[in-house]
Amino acid sequence: MEESLLAVAILWSILFLYSITGSMDFGAGFWGMVYGKKKDSTASKIANRFLSPTWEVTNVFLVLFVVTLVAFFPFAAGMLATVLLLPVGLGLILLTIRTTFMVFEGKTERFKDLLRITSGVTGVLLPSLLVSILPITLGGFIAFEEGYPQLLYGKLLSSVTVYMHIAFGLSTALFLSALFLADYASEAGDESAYQTYRRHAIWLGPLSLIIAVLTIFTMPPEASWIVDNFRENLYGFGMSVTLFLIGYVLLFVKRPNGQIGYSRLSVVFVVLQYGFAIYAYGSAHLPYMVYPHLTIEEGFTNPTMFNQLLIAYIIGLCILVPAFILHWKLFLKDKRYLKQD
Amino acid sequence: MLARALFGTSMGFHIIYATIGVGVPLMIIVAEIMYVITKDEDYKIMSKRWTKGFAILLAVSIASGTIVGVLISLLFPGFMQIVGQVIALPFQIEIFAFLIEAVFMSIYLYAADRLPTWLRLISITSVAIGAAASAILITDAHAWMNTPTGFEMNANGEVINVDPWRAFFNPSFVVTAIHVTVSAYMTVAFLVGSIAAARLLKSNISDQERHYHKKSITLAIYIGAIMSLSTAINGHETAQMLHEYNPRKLAAAEGLFETTTHAPLSVGGWTSREDQEVKYAIEIPYALSFLAGDRFDTEVKGLNEYPEELWPPLFVHTLFNVMVGIGTMLIGLSFLAIFWRWILKKELPGWMLALFVGGGPLAIIGIEAGWCFSCIGRQPYTIVNVLKTSDAATQANNVGILFALFVILYAILLVVTVAVMVSYFKRHPVETELVEKGV
Repeated sequence: MEESLLAVAILWSILFLYSITGSMDFGAGFWGMVYGKKKDSTASKIANRFLSPTWEVTNVFLVLFVVTLVAFFPFAAGMLATVLLLPVGLGLILLTIRTTFMVFEGKTERFKDLLRITSGVTGVLLPSLLVSILPITLGGFIAFEEGYPQLLYGKLLSSVTVYMHIAFGLSTALFLSALFLADYASEAGDESAYQTYRRHAIWLGPLSLIIAVLTIFTMPPEASWIVDNFRENLYGFGMSVTLFLIGYVLLFVKRPNGQIGYSRLSVVFVVLQYGFAIYAYGSAHLPYMVYPHLTIEEGFTNPTMFNQLLIAYIIGLCILVPAFILHWKLFLKDKRYLKQD
Repeated sequence: MLARALFGTSMGFHIIYATIGVGVPLMIIVAEIMYVITKDEDYKIMSKRWTKGFAILLAVSIASGTIVGVLISLLFPGFMQIVGQVIALPFQIEIFAFLIEAVFMSIYLYAADRLPTWLRLISITSVAIGAAASAILITDAHAWMNTPTGFEMNANGEVINVDPWRAFFNPSFVVTAIHVTVSAYMTVAFLVGSIAAARLLKSNISDQERHYHKKSITLAIYIGAIMSLSTAINGHETAQMLHEYNPRKLAAAEGLFETTTHAPLSVGGWTSREDQEVKYAIEIPYALSFLAGDRFDTEVKGLNEYPEELWPPLFVHTLFNVMVGIGTMLIGLSFLAIFWRWILKKELPGWMLALFVGGGPLAIIGIEAGWCFSCIGRQPYTIVNVLKTSDAATQANNVGILFALFVILYAILLVVTVAVMVSYFKRHPVETELVEKGV
């Protein structure tokens, strides 16, 4: 494999990882907010129990993505930075508000509601904002002024495709987090929270899929190249839809213990669904990082640096994997943590 | 210019939280170890309370760290282009260090009661190592900007012959890394001292609480003394490193215009561009030469060796003085306290406690002054002798709007952090925990 291709594959894998964990994280924050007021529901407790020990780790994946992008593709960083200054800057502000308010909420009595609602709402705006970056890379929204790229805000904000992307980001975050929390509740043996989240997953799943398909039809003429490429990656998208259907049906199958829905398996299939879709999307996007201005080859760093970075990655992973396993056992498996009151 | 203002403000904000984030885990480890040794419940309570405070601050620290990490790419694309090619390694490894910190922090925070003591100690030690490693690695990039090595530029301004590890181990890496780490430990020790001293000055606290705070201030004094002294010794090495690799910065720090041997050290005063001297300063003869090269006849380069457009802003002399002055005061304060308690065998008097209350905020000011000195003293370059700041900054519009938004955000966060800390510890006074410990 060519080095730049390997680099983009790693970068894309981090994006995949972050889009899944980030969706769960932001979505869980939203559900925690929705059910926060209801005294009779444990749904909010389950969401917060998942969030407390994981949000930091999730957040690091975002930084990991940015650092990897700059390290592997320093020449792409310039253009992306100039074009995305405002959207990403706003995203950072939202992220900061969301993170800090979420933590503050647990520590103070005054303004508790204000903090809870602010962090819940900003949290759910974030994936939408992040996903809205995607159409920018597809072409048509960047113009060059005096040799420097500028984002055409007017055109961007008045285009349907951006709003479809936003809707897609939103529904995905809510769907993934509801499904995951259903499984988390089932692991904790909380039947009522399980049913609450399962119900949400049932209506959000098909919705997010429909929005995803509709989004393709809203792509502007400048992005028609990627729609053509989609046709060549039909296998990946087909697999994705199939996996979704399997995962979805599993939510309705009755288990031997009487519970309806194999939530764990369903999560696995849905994650695979997103995996196939994201990689199919990614390979359709190649060779461009920003169409038509920048290809991965043009953005790529020097081979010496790349090799050293690769070694650093491998060593880093060797240290981290055991730490992640310990983390997983303590917070996602350990009944003493899951079932505390 | 706006890009610099925005990034500078963000760094200034992040530095406060980052410094505390590096230092607090060390204090917690010490308290945990003291608990293991003495079996004194007070130390357990201490480590628990510090951890709670740490968790609140960590949220802001992580968020502002994310901001800084992403903003630098957004605001200085010209800079990041070279960084990506030459000095990407520390950034990359830093993420892993930070992941370790985050993972073990969750474990320590939410699973401490399920873990045996040794695993708890390992967790918090991993947090401390992760935090220190993060700081050191990011500092490495900063050090490299001051003493860039490991690459060459060809005539077209392209980067060639990259040697990532030579860039990593650039000449100022080790001294700067130590400087940042020990000064962070020092700062947090004095912050802890501030809080304990403030409580001890109150007349209406119980004996139990008095004992608790005395233990806490004792830890603070010892760690503060060791760390402030190490910072000073290391500061001396930093000066020598500057003398060798970045004499322009040293000259600006000291307001030295003419290259001389037997150069004097100017303390205080204000550097005057017109008169080419530091006005109203106290001069210590030969001291600068001695600092720079351990000999009184060391030749120290003056600013006039360089064209004026390459001078850093001359007020860095004042920043430098503030940093060194505060450091010296803190050394004096901690050793005076040690002398008082263990040589004279007396309780710390009220006036000394009052000084300790001021110690924490002073240390923070010192840290800020130090960072401002180091970054402004590097100007007009972003990467010394390689890339000018003006060439590195973004060409995008809208920086002004973002600047305004971020300043508002930081102001809110500073206020809210303090409010949350105060409200949390008001609702959970140490008193109740001390009363409960016997139960």
